[in-house]
Amino acid sequence: MKLQKRGQAGTMQSSDLMVVVEPADELVIEIESTVKKQFEHLIRAKLESVLAKHGATAGRISVSDRGALDYAIEARLEAALQRAGGLS
Amino acid sequence: MVLNSLGRQIPEIFAGKKQIPYSDPWSLQPNAERSTRAIRRINHNGSKLLGSLREAIIATGLKDGMTISTHHSLRNGDHLLNDLVKEIDALGLRDIKIASSSIHIVHAELIPYIRKGTITGLECGVNGLIGELISKGELDCPIIVRSHGGRARALITGEVPVDVAFLAAPCCDEYGNFNGYYGPSACGSLGYAMVDAQHAHKVVAVTDNLVPYPAIPVGIPQTVVDFVVQVPTLGDPKKIVSSTTRVTTDPIGLQIAKYAANVIECSGLMKNGFSFQTGTGGISLSVAEHVRNMMRKDKIKGSFGCGGITGYFVEMLEEGLFEALFDVQCFDLKAVESIGRNRGHQEITAGTYANPFNCGAVVNRLDCVIISATEIDVDFNVNVNTESNGYLLHNTGGHCDVAAGAKLSIVVAPSIRGRLPIVRDAVTTITTPGETVGVIVTERGIAVNDKFPDLKAELIKHRVPVKDIRELRDEIYAITGVPKPLQFEDKIVGLVEYRDGSIIDVIRQVAA
Repeated sequence: MKLQKRGQAGTMQSSDLMVVVEPADELVIEIESTVKKQFEHLIRAKLESVLAKHGATAGRISVSDRGALDYAIEARLEAALQRAGGLS
Repeated sequence: MVLNSLGRQIPEIFAGKKQIPYSDPWSLQPNAERSTRAIRRINHNGSKLLGSLREAIIATGLKDGMTISTHHSLRNGDHLLNDLVKEIDALGLRDIKIASSSIHIVHAELIPYIRKGTITGLECGVNGLIGELISKGELDCPIIVRSHGGRARALITGEVPVDVAFLAAPCCDEYGNFNGYYGPSACGSLGYAMVDAQHAHKVVAVTDNLVPYPAIPVGIPQTVVDFVVQVPTLGDPKKIVSSTTRVTTDPIGLQIAKYAANVIECSGLMKNGFSFQTGTGGISLSVAEHVRNMMRKDKIKGSFGCGGITGYFVEMLEEGLFEALFDVQCFDLKAVESIGRNRGHQEITAGTYANPFNCGAVVNRLDCVIISATEIDVDFNVNVNTESNGYLLHNTGGHCDVAAGAKLSIVVAPSIRGRLPIVRDAVTTITTPGETVGVIVTERGIAVNDKFPDLKAELIKHRVPVKDIRELRDEIYAITGVPKPLQFEDKIVGLVEYRDGSIIDVIRQVAA
């Protein structure tokens, strides 16, 4: 799967997150979060598993998280990937 | 370092003073006389008015190393403490300690004066940025967090000797009588200031509303006031009281309030003579609404409502649901208006409200209180001081006082806030010991302390979702994931004092 363009999904409200995905030569994940100290490892793990599920091996994935739960992270990332033309 | 009974490491000495580790809520006995101060004699019958704050600071003889206080009834609208510290700094005074009843977000203006050594200690908890910077190690200023009752105790026993109290006086005469009922900065009850007025070595009334003698009704009398200062403004009235305090509309909050009402119903406390306190949060007010409906339905005549008083309690008083309100602090305009009008709306001092070291505080007479929580651990210990990032952001208020005093304390909190599990293995900071907490109410279920087996049985009988607290924790962790523990430095930047003066926990510097 390859990203065609920039894709964005989500909000900056509490318990939500904003995901921006852009084409890039390699896979880069950037995480900002209100709960980074406690949950960065789990947020990253969730992002990686969703990316792997869709076979995304390259792209810049930027996340501004406001304490979203895993299902929200999955949904927002998938929406952003779709908008970036990365999902079939 | 010594271990207290809750397993927290407590330093033997902090900020130059020997500390007592917490052991339990009840057994520590006072070993002191009431603090004393010099008796004065004022023969003149004229004015005690001085021209400015600066003149007052000079007249009181404030010196390097001394302690000042203000009260926080103007809350986030208060300008007095900021103005005062600017003047103290301009006079070249250094090493001043602040022992105010609380410090609010608006007081972030003090930060430069802490950095330059004008202010070198906080004998009170803080809300907001000052606490955050101290937690990060970016601001060096030892801090001791106290509850409302604990602060009253510390002033009355003289553990915290206040050299000069500068008391915002919303309605004041030139001879020093004042109340909080009237004027542009009306805040209602002066419950916190009354302790300072009786125990500070010098007392200055600072007013933006000088009225002809006598200022009636007298809240704080001329006999304890050394000087009066008129200033253009004490603060921003809009931020002193909330114009409205509202019931939550959030479905999670409403669910929690309903369960809390179920707990009160099953507790057997809801009968004639019922006494009750809530905070001002939307969930608490929603519980108050349930209580009002229950009292109406069953024609229950309550004894008293207590605490920070809101319009909700005023309405219940005026409806005859309660005989009286004990008011240490007015939270909204309706409460301020009521305290000047209703005989049954009784202003009380912070000592009367919650000091554990007297012949019995009002909190001891409470049946039921609703309190909040930032975090709760599996032993029912509650944190309201630090956030889950480790920063000290909130003062204790009366949390541990009412929990200890009331027959039944009910903690209401959502199970998750922005992915943070609220019920967890360990709290970042212990504010209130689990031994004094009765029930934890979340939208996912209710955990009952083993001390209340009858209540637990009754709740189960009524099909309220009672869960073991560990079960509740596991259910929440399954949704949020298990948070990584915070990393702290060894350096202790503050203490959390229990209401009896023993140290229940420490605030450590958060690792960068």
